[in-house]
Amino acid sequence: MNEIRIQSEPFDPNIEVDILRAGNPAIGGVVSFIGLMRDINEGETVSTMTLEHYPGMTEKTLQAIVDEANQRWDLLGSRVVHRVGEMKPADPIVLVAVASTHRGEAFQACEFIIDFLKTRAPFWKKESTSEGSRWVDARHSDDDAEARWKL
Amino acid sequence: MIKVLFFASLRERLDEESLEMEAEGLADLGVVLMRLRERGGIWSEVFAADQTVMMALNQEMTGADAAVKDGDEVAFFPPVTGG
Repeated sequence: MNEIRIQSEPFDPNIEVDILRAGNPAIGGVVSFIGLMRDINEGETVSTMTLEHYPGMTEKTLQAIVDEANQRWDLLGSRVVHRVGEMKPADPIVLVAVASTHRGEAFQACEFIIDFLKTRAPFWKKESTSEGSRWVDARHSDDDAEARWKL
Repeated sequence: MIKVLFFASLRERLDEESLEMEAEGLADLGVVLMRLRERGGIWSEVFAADQTVMMALNQEMTGADAAVKDGDEVAFFPPVTGG
């Protein structure tokens, strides 16, 4: 029902959503967010990206976020899949998919989970450009997005 | 002993993934950070007071006032950038 996965292999977001909604006719809606790797960041072409994480803490943090979402809203299941290691432009990096009876709860829970994943889950992106490689800086707008939820 | 882990740009700049420290005298994470800063060189730069360093205690994000005890796993890292 609530699956959390960290993996180096690519994944297919459509298959993940199909699995989430399979076999439960009570589900009235699924909202999903798919984060993709962009080929341009801060004006420079990015050829590949490598994602590092903190094994153990990552899973714990995501579990706590999903648990909190389930406390706040009536959900009928969720899936969070996040890639680590090397990836290329247009690859899905992350999927957050949430199922519920009606759309309102699914929309809110999905946004809540991705907002907290962005500011709390220990992942770090490193981009390779023609100028060499660089660690991606955190965005203030992500902190603002998290703050809206007032934990 | 406590285990101290470093991630991402911190790990690279320090050229160190992890180290162990005697737990005695380490009241909280702030003291651990101060000890690391006192190592001098790149350590004093990475852990300088004006640097944004995030920290975790036993795999939970926390602040410098979190109490540390023998056997704990501590981690320092830059602001996270997943998703």
